[in-house]
Amino acid sequence: MTDLSNSTLVDLIKGIKKKDFTSEEVTKSFIKNSEKSDKLNTYITKCFDQALISAKKFDKKKDHKGLLSGVPIAVKDLFCTKDVKTTAGSKILNNFVPTYESTVTKKLWSEGAFLLGKLNCDEFAMGSSNETSFFGNVTNPFGDKLVPGGSSGGSASALAANLTPATIGTDTGGSIRQPASFTGTVGLKPTYGRCSRWGIVAFASSLDQAGPMTKTVEDCALLLQCISGYDPNDSTSIDIKVDNFSSDLTEKVKGLTIGIPKEYRIENMPVEIDELWKKGINFLKDAGVIIKDISLPHTMYALPAYYIVAPAEASSNLARYDGVKYGHRSKGKNLIEMYENTRSEGFGDEVKRRILIGTYVLSSGYYEAYYLKAQKVRQLIKQDFDNSFKSVDAILTPSTPSSSFKMGEKEGDPVSMYLNDIFTVPVNLAGLPAISVPSGYDKKKLPLGLQLIGKPFDEQTILNLSLALQKRINFKRNVKIWWK
Amino acid sequence: MSIDKDTVKHISKLARISLNDKQVDSLSKDLSSIIRFIEKLNKLNTDNVKPLTSIIDASLKSREDEIRDGKIRDQILKNSPENNDEFFVVPKVIE
Repeated sequence: MTDLSNSTLVDLIKGIKKKDFTSEEVTKSFIKNSEKSDKLNTYITKCFDQALISAKKFDKKKDHKGLLSGVPIAVKDLFCTKDVKTTAGSKILNNFVPTYESTVTKKLWSEGAFLLGKLNCDEFAMGSSNETSFFGNVTNPFGDKLVPGGSSGGSASALAANLTPATIGTDTGGSIRQPASFTGTVGLKPTYGRCSRWGIVAFASSLDQAGPMTKTVEDCALLLQCISGYDPNDSTSIDIKVDNFSSDLTEKVKGLTIGIPKEYRIENMPVEIDELWKKGINFLKDAGVIIKDISLPHTMYALPAYYIVAPAEASSNLARYDGVKYGHRSKGKNLIEMYENTRSEGFGDEVKRRILIGTYVLSSGYYEAYYLKAQKVRQLIKQDFDNSFKSVDAILTPSTPSSSFKMGEKEGDPVSMYLNDIFTVPVNLAGLPAISVPSGYDKKKLPLGLQLIGKPFDEQTILNLSLALQKRINFKRNVKIWWK
Repeated sequence: MSIDKDTVKHISKLARISLNDKQVDSLSKDLSSIIRFIEKLNKLNTDNVKPLTSIIDASLKSREDEIRDGKIRDQILKNSPENNDEFFVVPKVIE
């Protein structure tokens, strides 16, 4: 029998429907791989027993409704799952068992999928290498001691190592697209407001979005369709018709215009990434796309603005971790000392840095110089995109300025770590949808991705362009299993 | 601008995070390098730019003012480090 864990999500669903194999067989194949994957450290919580029960129950049922019928799915441990521990990669939530389910995961289960486990991530999704998790570093299946990217690093590694058929991550400044690029997988950040944020542990509320991480563009379209939609519990989710991303998916992109922003050609960018970008342009030309040079003049200011907005929102959001309502509590002589010790012991270094930066930029006397300034810059960045989208349908850029790097390589220099997100952050500031598509390898034989940025709520166009790219690039995920 | 040790101590007080001297030292260095990075924005003139306060154009939807949950005290208390079945319990505040 062929290895089911190697299949795409779409093929698994088809096969289960046609009774070529059972949900139990599918589930067992992923559990088998997952059980031998401790060296990758992708799981925080394994739900294998419950998943098997769900699979067996599914196989006994006569009618199999739902778009994700019978497939197990592991998700980033940032989504609240009812009665299953949800940690956000933090010690402070080490013992938190939600009594409710996030809207996005609820949608997966209502389409017939069930939970396989909760995947490691950077603490509170703050990181670009999955080295800030309280539960340890995640390893990239492409090589020992290599980072999978972050913050959805556990999700990306699990997917690339065939431990889950697909997964859901979150993206505040690149946390889906950068790890997707580092692991040769597809990752999409939807338009802000496309998916409900209800039940997702909050990092920066004006930037956070949940999104699919998959092996193929077809899987991505299907999963996006399942998790999209208005939710009365999230007032920032938008009541707009959810397109049929999956059945409307087409590689016919002839006549579309793609913008190439000159500001993304940064100094010291590896030659391979520039070449990959050119290759992508040529493939799209081959698909009948018109290429247009554009300018997004404020790009260089996106990352500094992000490092005001995101920490400011984080410092407010994380004020709730006080050792009273849930999570870790430390002892203290009085209430204030209890708060201070709880937060000192409960949060890791990177989270502390960001809370303190956020507190600083919002503190009395500094608000205008930093936060207000950042909001103005954010306006200019959004206007850059608005202007470009008057004449182009989507924008093509590299996903990251480098491929995966060694663990510890960027230790002790927070800013050099932040620079990883230079191509992904502008999209979050402008609330736009963007996808990273695996597109090739560098000299070190590590995967690289290309990013397509779309107009608000036009995920369909970037999915179609991605499909056109995928067919022409014919990327093979060359993962050698070394960790068993 | 750099963030000196006194500033680190002040903001850590505001953020309710206790720090030891070693942490204050290293945070002063880290936060200074982050703030220097952020201050690249000063090169950009934004005098006549309206701040972007909401990324979505849509106005908030109104809904009926009705009770949709409630009676979930047990659920709310379930994850608290200390409670007396009715309330969260914290160290004594008023002597």
